[in-house]
Amino acid sequence: MDIGFTTAAYVVAAVLFILSLGGLSGQESAKRAVWYGIVGMGLAVGATLIGPGSGLWLLSLVLIGLGGFIGMQLAQRVQMTQMPELVAAMHSLVGLAAVFVGFNADIEITNVKTALAGGGDLKSLTGFAALVAKKTAVEINILRVELFLGIFIGAITFTGSVVAYGKLAGRFNTTATQLPGGHVLNAAAAILSVVSLLWYFQSGDLLPLLIMTVAALFIGWHLIMGIGGADMPVVVSMLNSYSGWAAAAIGFSLGNDLLIVVGALVGSSGAILSYIMCKAMNRSFVSVILGGFGGSSGPQMAVEGEQVAIDADGVAAALDEADSVVIIPGYGMAVAQAQQSVSELTKRLRAAGKTVRFAIHPVAGRLPGHMNVLLAEAKVPYDIVLEMDEINDDFPDTDVAIVIGSNDIVNPAAQDDPNSPIAGMPVLECWKAKQVFVSKRGQGTGYSGIENPLFFKENTRMFYGDAKASLDKLLTKIS
Amino acid sequence: MKIGTPREVFEGESRVAMTPDSALQLQKLGFDCVVETGAGSAAGFSDEAYVAAGVEIAATAAALWKTADVVAKVRPPNDTEAKRLKKSQTLISFFWPAQNEQQMGLLAKKGASVIAMDMVPRISRAQKMDALSSMANIAGYRAVIEAGNNFGRFFTGQVTAAGKVPPAKVLIVGAGVAGLAAIGTATSLGAITYAFDVRPEVAEQIESMGAEFVFLDFEDQNAQDGAATGGYAAPSSPEFREKQLEKFRELAPEIDIVITTALIPGRDAPKLWLEDMVAAMKPGSVIVDLAAEKGGNCDLTVMDEKIVSPNGVTIVGYTDFPSRMAAQASTLYANNIRHMLTDLTPEKAGEINHNMDDDVIRGATVAHAGAVTFPPPPPKISAIAAAPKKQAPKEPTAEEKRAAETAAFKKSTQQQVGLLSGGAALILLVGLYAPASFMQHFIVFVLAVFVGFQVIWNVSHALHTPLMAVTNAISSIIILGALIQIGSGSWLVILLGALAVFMAGINIFGGFLVTRRMLAMFQKS
Repeated sequence: MDIGFTTAAYVVAAVLFILSLGGLSGQESAKRAVWYGIVGMGLAVGATLIGPGSGLWLLSLVLIGLGGFIGMQLAQRVQMTQMPELVAAMHSLVGLAAVFVGFNADIEITNVKTALAGGGDLKSLTGFAALVAKKTAVEINILRVELFLGIFIGAITFTGSVVAYGKLAGRFNTTATQLPGGHVLNAAAAILSVVSLLWYFQSGDLLPLLIMTVAALFIGWHLIMGIGGADMPVVVSMLNSYSGWAAAAIGFSLGNDLLIVVGALVGSSGAILSYIMCKAMNRSFVSVILGGFGGSSGPQMAVEGEQVAIDADGVAAALDEADSVVIIPGYGMAVAQAQQSVSELTKRLRAAGKTVRFAIHPVAGRLPGHMNVLLAEAKVPYDIVLEMDEINDDFPDTDVAIVIGSNDIVNPAAQDDPNSPIAGMPVLECWKAKQVFVSKRGQGTGYSGIENPLFFKENTRMFYGDAKASLDKLLTKIS
Repeated sequence: MKIGTPREVFEGESRVAMTPDSALQLQKLGFDCVVETGAGSAAGFSDEAYVAAGVEIAATAAALWKTADVVAKVRPPNDTEAKRLKKSQTLISFFWPAQNEQQMGLLAKKGASVIAMDMVPRISRAQKMDALSSMANIAGYRAVIEAGNNFGRFFTGQVTAAGKVPPAKVLIVGAGVAGLAAIGTATSLGAITYAFDVRPEVAEQIESMGAEFVFLDFEDQNAQDGAATGGYAAPSSPEFREKQLEKFRELAPEIDIVITTALIPGRDAPKLWLEDMVAAMKPGSVIVDLAAEKGGNCDLTVMDEKIVSPNGVTIVGYTDFPSRMAAQASTLYANNIRHMLTDLTPEKAGEINHNMDDDVIRGATVAHAGAVTFPPPPPKISAIAAAPKKQAPKEPTAEEKRAAETAAFKKSTQQQVGLLSGGAALILLVGLYAPASFMQHFIVFVLAVFVGFQVIWNVSHALHTPLMAVTNAISSIIILGALIQIGSGSWLVILLGALAVFMAGINIFGGFLVTRRMLAMFQKS
């Protein structure tokens, strides 16, 4: 097949990918949208395999099949609560693939150069090498910058995603840890990369490329190690964005428009998600990336009162009397795998004629939209699952608010205490409900380590215990 | 000491300042009690009942005034009674000192002490002796009953076999104690009740009683704050009054019963229900003017009389509503007096300790120790905590809204134009130096970023996780690069390419599959 057919297939695939992302604007259209993506991907791979420049297509098919088999196994086995880990792990694969492809491009360039210098036959070169052979010196230089960038971003994505995966899966310490020297080390590594770029630009050697790769791998690892678990939604969407930009940069160096288009789509998607998450935490992107919470300007307000505990009977009695209930799930629900119990509770309360709704904070959980997926898995109808802005005004008319494993996103200090580290962060105003029950493992503070005055409020009762165990106990009291 | 209550001499007054029950309580304070014979008969308390409660009966008024140390009565003393009051004797009654200065001076000169029940300050502690409120409560209730007596229809709407009866519409002007009592009575009888007051802060009280607050579309610069005037209304500005009358005029044709209770302390009652409003009302409608004594809120009100307007509207101008419920009124008033005496005798030894340092006693005392002590200094505690200055979220006017919108639009336009021109300049700069082959791809890249931004903003919040999974899957498009390279001759390239293809393969299938799994779970109820 000639290049024309492949290009046409790429155009169709690009349109399908755009439709696939656009379709995610609604739950129903999203189901169709995934098929657009799958068909687009099949088309793109198929056209490339039969198109010019490819070879060893049998090996390729076998490898794709093998990878696909593993991918399917993973996708079918993964628990919905483990979604964040899976997404992070998959990002690392894209990052590593980008690094490999970038190195390949460099090797090809070198091969072509030696072939040319040796007065070799250009006709013997095929595929990418043939493309390279036609390029002028300026174009070769640009190509080098592009693949350099591709490798750089890919390497950061790779180690960053591995660390994010480790933190989300609980294999690494989730607190923000950094080597002595902190961001100076990152900056030094970045400078080293720039120097390597200049060197590579001049010489075209493999060595500066390797040095840069090591530096980028270090940056990715160290940067994400320095970011706490609560900021993971931002980190995961940021890595998502990076994997896109890496693909785009590689696309430039290979001269492949589809790679550029898809990379740009993914990159901008991740960037927007990061922006949304940062906005939901009222923090700047830079402060999240630099790790830890921003400095506070004064002593935090002392919290007065005491936490009053309540048992399942008390909660059941209050729920029995309530007409409207709002449930606020958080990461604790995911950890305890309590979504099925929450769903059962919802079902029973709804059967008793009560209004039950869910309030989801944009950064609840460890992945954007994490809670929505968990509730959907537990068959909670999505039309009673509301966003923060949709439900915040309704709390004063709510009889009972149940907080299940969330902390910072329901912290009134964000509004009341200008010195709080989370001051100004939009929060769910559940304390305005007539009564608040907080299901929580113990008296400790949340991920951010900030005391939560909600737990000390007069209308708040603490329902201590593992979320799933507590809810199951509660379910026995509610018919 | 002896507390005496004479028979009320004011014509038509049926109340009495001491009941057998209150006499028992007073005796517990150490007092002896005496009433003039027949003092309670109009209120339904016979001499025998008093005797049974241990009260002495005085045969004549003169005898009573002579023997009692403290005289408790309802109405202000008339001239004869004033003459009978001696030095060091204490009189407790309504007194209206502001309108009664001459007599007040006279009694002060005599050396008598006078405690005016109408001067009890409105603070929480003094509520138990606030006779004005207890009488107003009765007046409000009775006003509705009186209106019902003169109104030819039901209050409540009914659908009966004999036809449909519309509910009566009642408007209550002035939501003081009397007004609120009237609202409660009217709503409990089933009428549709509206209420108006110049003090916007009582809207909540009105609504709590079950009536609808009649809002005026008026922005008063110095909107009245009842807290500043001890819970009473103050005169309103002419503009406000105009607005108010306009509203009443609008309401008049559909209102069946109007009960006006608007009084401003120390002034004639404001005229709020004008002749033309009466004329606009339906025949058979009723107006009860509780302010009749102060000239009435209604133009046509005749004090102490019930008249019928030319268009058949009954206007009740009685001033003696509490007296018309003498048993109830006497019980409450006697309790108020009893509470006042309790405060006057802290030791409960039957001796009055006229403590002029006490806010309540000081406020109510108008003559003591030979001097006029009216008006009292302002009480130390304000009656109602001043409402915090409400920075009410001001409804922006239409123009303001539009202005804000245009400003926001301008700003976003500026921002967009700025970004566009900046971006365009950057692209042009790149175009100056980069070779054509790069520019081709670069344009594709910029457009793709642009499309990405447009598309992703529309993604529903709940679908962010599927979005990440699907972008993750399609970012394995990097496989194309590996597929192109894998055909190369170099073994190293083949190896790296093969690894990349393999990893991308995992990603493609894993990403799409997991997205499908997630999306399949989302279901509507």
